[in-house]
Amino acid sequence: MRKNNDDACKGCRISDVLLDVEGLSIVFGGLRAVSDFSCEIKAGELVGLIGPNGAGKTTVFNMLSGVYSPTSGSICFSDPRGRVHNVHEKKPFQLSKIGIARTFQNIRLFGGLTVEDNVLIAMHAQRAINLLDAIFRTPRFYRDEERLRGKARDLLALFRIESKAQELARNLPYGEQRKLEIVRALATDPRLLLLDEPAAGMNPQETKELMELISFIRRQFNLTILLIEHDMKLVMGICERLIVLDYGRTIASGLPEEIRENPAVIKAYLGEEAMIDA
Amino acid sequence: MKTTVRMRNFVLLGTVSVLSVFLPGLLIKFSVIDAYTAQIFTLAGINAIMAISVNIICGMTGQLSLGQAGFMAIGAYTCIWFAQVAHFPLPLAVVMGAAFSGIAGFFIGFPTLKLSGDYLAIVTLGFGEILRVIFVNLKGITGGANGKRFTTILAASADIAWIVIIGTLVAVIVFLQNFLRSTYGRAIFSVREDEIASNSNGISVFRYKMAGFVVAAFVAGIAGALYAPFIGFVKPDLSSFNRSVDYLIYVVLGGMGSVTGSVLAAFVLTYLQEFLRFLKEYRLLIYPVILILVMLFRPQGLLGMKEFSFVGAWNRLVSKRSARDAQK
Repeated sequence: MRKNNDDACKGCRISDVLLDVEGLSIVFGGLRAVSDFSCEIKAGELVGLIGPNGAGKTTVFNMLSGVYSPTSGSICFSDPRGRVHNVHEKKPFQLSKIGIARTFQNIRLFGGLTVEDNVLIAMHAQRAINLLDAIFRTPRFYRDEERLRGKARDLLALFRIESKAQELARNLPYGEQRKLEIVRALATDPRLLLLDEPAAGMNPQETKELMELISFIRRQFNLTILLIEHDMKLVMGICERLIVLDYGRTIASGLPEEIRENPAVIKAYLGEEAMIDA
Repeated sequence: MKTTVRMRNFVLLGTVSVLSVFLPGLLIKFSVIDAYTAQIFTLAGINAIMAISVNIICGMTGQLSLGQAGFMAIGAYTCIWFAQVAHFPLPLAVVMGAAFSGIAGFFIGFPTLKLSGDYLAIVTLGFGEILRVIFVNLKGITGGANGKRFTTILAASADIAWIVIIGTLVAVIVFLQNFLRSTYGRAIFSVREDEIASNSNGISVFRYKMAGFVVAAFVAGIAGALYAPFIGFVKPDLSSFNRSVDYLIYVVLGGMGSVTGSVLAAFVLTYLQEFLRFLKEYRLLIYPVILILVMLFRPQGLLGMKEFSFVGAWNRLVSKRSARDAQK
C-alpha cells in the first residue's frame, strides 16, 4: 500500500513546481474551514499566506504538513530527487523525511529538553547508526553523535542562540523560542519550509531581524518558504507573491502591490464601509 | 584526548559497577552482612528493575501504564516453564522470560498504544487483571491460585542471589542509559514532550511509543524472571493491579524520568517496609504519609528528572582538589 505512494503521482505536472495544490477542501462537522484552495509554488519562491483571523490559514498549513487530511483535493510535492509525492496520503513524519518542515503558531518545543536536544531530535532521520551501535557504544556511535552535534551547533550559531545550547527550551525567552522552532525545522533538511506566524509576539526590532534572517536562510539553504503572517508591512516587504484567504476561500492572489489595491482584500480586512470611503 | 576521557570514564564506571556487585557479595558470603538483610536488599534490586521498567513507559515515553506487573508475571511464569518443563539452564530460562515478556509487550502495545492518557491507563489496568485471571485458570502451567514452587540456587544462597540480581540491575542501567542517551532515546523523550511536534519533525510517534512499551515490558520480564527463582514461589497475584501501583509509587517518589530516582526510591522504600516492622500495622500508615509529604513539598519526585552521574561527581572532586592545590 504505502509503496504506491512513492510512485509518481498522476495528474500532476511537475517541472519547476515544488508544491501543487488542487481544489483542497476540509470539512469539520458542518463547517467548511477551507474550500477549494489551489496554488502552485515554484522552487525558491517566498510566498505569503494572509487573511483575517479564522480565515483558515493554519488549517491549510495543517493539511500541507499532514496533521489534517483534506476532505477532498490533492497536494503534490516533488522531493529533491525529483520524485512526486501525494502529500494528502502521508503522515507528518513521512512528510518531514521528504522535505516539508513547519513551525507552529503556538510554539511547540520539547520544553523539558535542552535546546541542543530539540535540534538533535529533528535530525533523527539523518542518523548513520543502528540500535546496536547505540546500545554498545561503538566508535561509529561517537563519530555520528559528533557529526550531528556539530551540525546542530552551526545551525544554532546562525540564529545566535548557540550559547544557550544546554538550557531547557522552556526557559528561553519568547523570541528565542520562536527562533529555536525555526532552527529545529531547518535541522530536518527541508526543501519547503512552512512558517506559521514566525514574528508573532516579537517587537518591531526583533521582527526586522527575523525577516532578514529568513531571507538569509532562504538563500543559504536554497529553500522555498510559505509563511503566514499578520504584520502586513512585513509581509509586503518580504514576500514575492501573496495568497489571501477569507472564510476558507481564496479571495485574491498575486504580487504584493496588486493585493494592496485589491478591493476584495480591503473589504475582508477593513469591512464594506472602509471600502466606500476609500 | 577524547579517547582518553572515554577510557577513564569506562574504567571509573567499570570499577563502581564491579564494586557494587562483588563487594557486598563477598560481605554476604563471609556473613558480615546477615542473610536476612541481604535478602531485603536483593529484593530491593528486583523492585528497582521493576521501577525502571515503569519509569521507561510512564516517565520517559509519557504513557501511563498500570499493568507493568502483568509483564513481570509473564516473565516469572515463562522462566519457570522453561526451567522446569523444557529443562533449560536457569540463565537461559531468565532470558526466555524477558524475551517472552517483550514479545507480549509488542502484541499488547500494538492495539492499545493507539489510545492515550486515561484510556491507555484503563486498558493496561485491565490487561494486568485479565492476565491474573488467566494465570489462576491455567492450572497446568501456573499451578492455579495455589501458585507454583520453584526452588533454585538463588533462593538458597544469599551471596549468589545478590551477585546475579544486582549484576543484572547494573547491566540494565548501563544498557538503558546507552540507549536513552542516543538519538533513539531522544526520539522517545520527544514523544513525551509533544507528540504533534515530534511527528512533524520526522519521528514516527507510534513506533517510538511501541519502542518504549516493548523495552519496558522486556525489563519487567527480566525482573519477573529473577523474582521467580529468588523468592522460589510465584502466585497469580503477582500480576495484580496493586503491585503495578506499588511500582508506580517508586517511580513517582523517585522522580518521573530519573533512573537514579527509581533505583533510590526502590531501595529506600523496600528497606523501610522491613525496618518499620516493629510498628506492626501502623507501618501501613507511614507509607502514605511519606507519599503525601513528597507530593506536597516535591511534586516532581525526589530527583525530578535529574540523574546522578559518577563521572560528574568524579570530575567535581578532581577539579575541587586541583583548585585547593592551586591555592597552596
